[in-house]
Amino acid sequence: MTRRTPLYVLLIAVVCAFSGLLHRPGGPPPAVTAFGRLPVLSEGRMKPLDSVARSTLLVIQGRQRVMTPDDREITPDEWLLDVVFLPEKADTYRVFVVDNTDLLSLIGKNDENLRIHYEKTSDQIAALVGIISSSQRRMSFNEIAPYLSQIEAQEKLADPVLPQSRTRFQAAVVQLYGNLSHYLRLRRALLPEGSKDFLGELLRLRDSLSDGVAAVRAKEAGKPYDEAKAAALIAEGQKFVGMAESTDLLAIPPDDDEADPSAWHSAGHALLETFGKGDVNPSVLAYAGMGYAWRQNQPASFEHIVRLYGTSLERRFEKQVRKTRIETVFNAAEPFYACMMVYLAAFLFAALSWLKWPEPARLSALGLVGLGWVLATAGIATRMWLEGRPPVTNLYSSALFIGWGSVALCLVLEATHRNAIGSAAAGMIGFATLLIAHHLALAGDTLEMMRAVLDSNFWLATHVVVVVTGYASTFLAGILAVIYILRGVFTRTLDKATADALARMVYGIVCFATLFSFVGTALGGIWADQSWGRFWGWDPKENGALIIVLWNALILHARWGGLVRQRGLICLAIFGNIVTSWSWFGTNMLGIGLHSYGFTEAAFWWLAAFIVSQLALIGIANMPLERWRSFRA
Amino acid sequence: MFAEYLRQVRSVLVSLRLTVVLIALSIVLVFWATLDQVHLGVWGVQQKFFHSFFVYEGLGELRIPVFPGGYMIGGLLLVNLLSAHTYRFRVGWRKAGIWIAHAGLILLLLGELASGLLQRDYQMRLDEGETRNYSESNRRNELAITDVTDPKFDDVVAIPESILARGTVLQNPKLPFRVVPKGYVPNSEIRMRSEVPNAPPSPATAGMGPMVAVIPVEVTYKEDERNLPAAFVELVGPDGSLGTWVVSTGLGNPQRFEFAGRSWKLVMRPERHYQPFSLTLEKFSHDIYPGTDIPKNFSSRVRINPPEGGGGREVLIYMNNPLRYAGLTFYQASFEGDRTTILQVVRNPSWLVPYVSCAAIALGLVIQFLMHLAGFARGRRP
Repeated sequence: MTRRTPLYVLLIAVVCAFSGLLHRPGGPPPAVTAFGRLPVLSEGRMKPLDSVARSTLLVIQGRQRVMTPDDREITPDEWLLDVVFLPEKADTYRVFVVDNTDLLSLIGKNDENLRIHYEKTSDQIAALVGIISSSQRRMSFNEIAPYLSQIEAQEKLADPVLPQSRTRFQAAVVQLYGNLSHYLRLRRALLPEGSKDFLGELLRLRDSLSDGVAAVRAKEAGKPYDEAKAAALIAEGQKFVGMAESTDLLAIPPDDDEADPSAWHSAGHALLETFGKGDVNPSVLAYAGMGYAWRQNQPASFEHIVRLYGTSLERRFEKQVRKTRIETVFNAAEPFYACMMVYLAAFLFAALSWLKWPEPARLSALGLVGLGWVLATAGIATRMWLEGRPPVTNLYSSALFIGWGSVALCLVLEATHRNAIGSAAAGMIGFATLLIAHHLALAGDTLEMMRAVLDSNFWLATHVVVVVTGYASTFLAGILAVIYILRGVFTRTLDKATADALARMVYGIVCFATLFSFVGTALGGIWADQSWGRFWGWDPKENGALIIVLWNALILHARWGGLVRQRGLICLAIFGNIVTSWSWFGTNMLGIGLHSYGFTEAAFWWLAAFIVSQLALIGIANMPLERWRSFRA
Repeated sequence: MFAEYLRQVRSVLVSLRLTVVLIALSIVLVFWATLDQVHLGVWGVQQKFFHSFFVYEGLGELRIPVFPGGYMIGGLLLVNLLSAHTYRFRVGWRKAGIWIAHAGLILLLLGELASGLLQRDYQMRLDEGETRNYSESNRRNELAITDVTDPKFDDVVAIPESILARGTVLQNPKLPFRVVPKGYVPNSEIRMRSEVPNAPPSPATAGMGPMVAVIPVEVTYKEDERNLPAAFVELVGPDGSLGTWVVSTGLGNPQRFEFAGRSWKLVMRPERHYQPFSLTLEKFSHDIYPGTDIPKNFSSRVRINPPEGGGGREVLIYMNNPLRYAGLTFYQASFEGDRTTILQVVRNPSWLVPYVSCAAIALGLVIQFLMHLAGFARGRRP
């Protein structure tokens, strides 16, 4: 390695990190991306269709990538286009994850018919050793459709059971049912079920509208009327009612004379107004036109309609359209994914600096941590701007912010100590928190609306930010302690000076953590007093925060009283990881209290595994020193 | 010998070792209490773990103390803190941070004790246009015996549920009869006797009593459920028994009877807390985010009617913005439908203590850690 290496490493990382923004050759045509940028109102907020597609895919299949049956990868926008306009094609895409064996057998699957048969010998071997998957876990709608009634019946049985008491099968069937309805609501958002030429139907309706309305009026008034015309009109109306009832995507903007900018409608609802207004809603017509062009595979006219419609929206909703455009760019850039990879690389370089090439590797690691932190800052800032909120509003954003805060502290540590410990800790925490965030994003839109109870930017900005900083610093102390143990036991790199420096860092961070977790918890009490009339309510999440404060206080008092020395301090700090992780996630898993948002069974097992691993580290730390590699003669 | 013993006690009381042990015990206590909330609910947990000297676990019929409770640990922490500071008292700015933080902590512990003892929670349900001058307890109930002879004026004797539970015979100068509790069920289901053919015979002989069956059910601690206690009360006049009534919050309408030339009303209801002023709900608003069922905000516009009369004033109560008035605080807690608001009413004279104490602790910690930091910067070990 040379003196220039850190610079090259950083440059390569920057290029990789921003590659998400570049338009790749062979990617989707620009019109598809423009379609993804169209704003709609969904789950209470304005967002681009691109976000609708991505969050739906994350919920139903745990990833954004979609593979077609002929093994072509398509973007979320293309998938969404097929779902809304070409459902018979979208129904063949394997986008429903089913893992539970009982549920698989319910839909007629077993080990034999799930096995993936590879053509190439190399693939067969890879599947055998587990590098690529050997069995199918994603199903298409068509594969599941014959069993819909059985799934519905089982869901009806499982639904009344409280989420925390459901068996795995019950949880899986409720989830699959939810995913199927989510998909169907999207599939019926813009076109009625089974319609092949919706544009044609709407145009014919427009032409025959006045005659039809006259016929129905005459019928209601008991006068002679044209039976065929009235019946046709009534059939149309029933179709629109069906559409309006079966979707929750509000894709049609409010009318020009509507004062409330959030009064968006579903396509079905807008169509029902046709009879009163005497004309078909132009936005619905635009979508029907896009559907026609997409179905007929006419890219030029598709692009033309998308652009026309997009420009008309831009004129009316300038601010919102700008936001949705930025959100689409943000979605495509995937800054947190890039950031995660950068942190991982930073950790590897930091570890490398202890083993070989101390200076170049250390500086490379520092540069990468800096880059990762800048990316995370940009990502969090964009989210804050999109939402108009302080950084932490839900469990997902708490993971982002814990990572961000820890890494910031690590940068300070690295600046003062210059021994790559800060970078290593930053790499570990940054990577881990973003990985956790990634899994939390599978629950749906991460920019969700705040419930009234929590709707207070002032308290979100103070209590939540401070208490999450307390979490972050407690974790950081724990991670530094883990580095102490790993380096001491498994490498020869923990000399006396490094050990003392690490212990001092742990102590300093514990002080910081005590202050922040206390102030954060107290602010939470004040919020509670302001909102619900009690300073302290023994709610599980409050108790979790209190335990973190108490644990940090215990470490400090044990240290001041001389009850623990360096190694004891390290062990207590590692146990702090357990305390914090329980407070962060464990309390939510109890399924009670004000803060019980988000509960998954998988998360429970991960938490258990994490706790076991930390206990194991404490066990290792208590081995006699002569068995530590660093202290062996 | 005795002096030696005292010295030993003192050295334990002032030791940091005791502090660490007490912090560890409190962590276990809080953790255990959090897990137990799944079964007991938050109110039950507070009684069992925090507002107690010992945590009792049932071993069959036996209730044995298995762990120190909140009062015990908190009390010992107070003793530990006070004695350590008294014993090691030294004036000097180097300890200023610790001093301030610990003084704040002492205040916080005392304040929590005070609010545990003094805080009272009630609820007030108001429909739009309705006026009320009382709120109702979330948990406690009372037996109200009302003289309704004069249509313009009600004379109420309210008997707390606890007296019925203890079975204490009650005689009140306002009542021409004694109230003799004959039985009490903390939570019950009231069914018509015709629906439960094999129910045991009821001790009740009057009012609704003979028509209904009281089926005891397990006491609930859940946040969103209410116990429906039932009691049998015999009213005994100078010339003997008037009969035995069954009363329960599950029974709904009051039961009426005539005695000594006057009309009476008998009802078990949530304990009422009367205020010298009344509140009128002018308007309740409730919004959700478009296309979802996520509540966006809810708020109540109420008019305060002061005791001295006059127009009063209008205030808006909404999330994070309660009304503080006459020692009571009214919070927007919940709602029913589009026209009914539920306000949480809290009386907590020590509400200001946590603000002061937390500020003191935070200040103390900041001072202490800044001094540490200065020590770091000078290259000294803390």
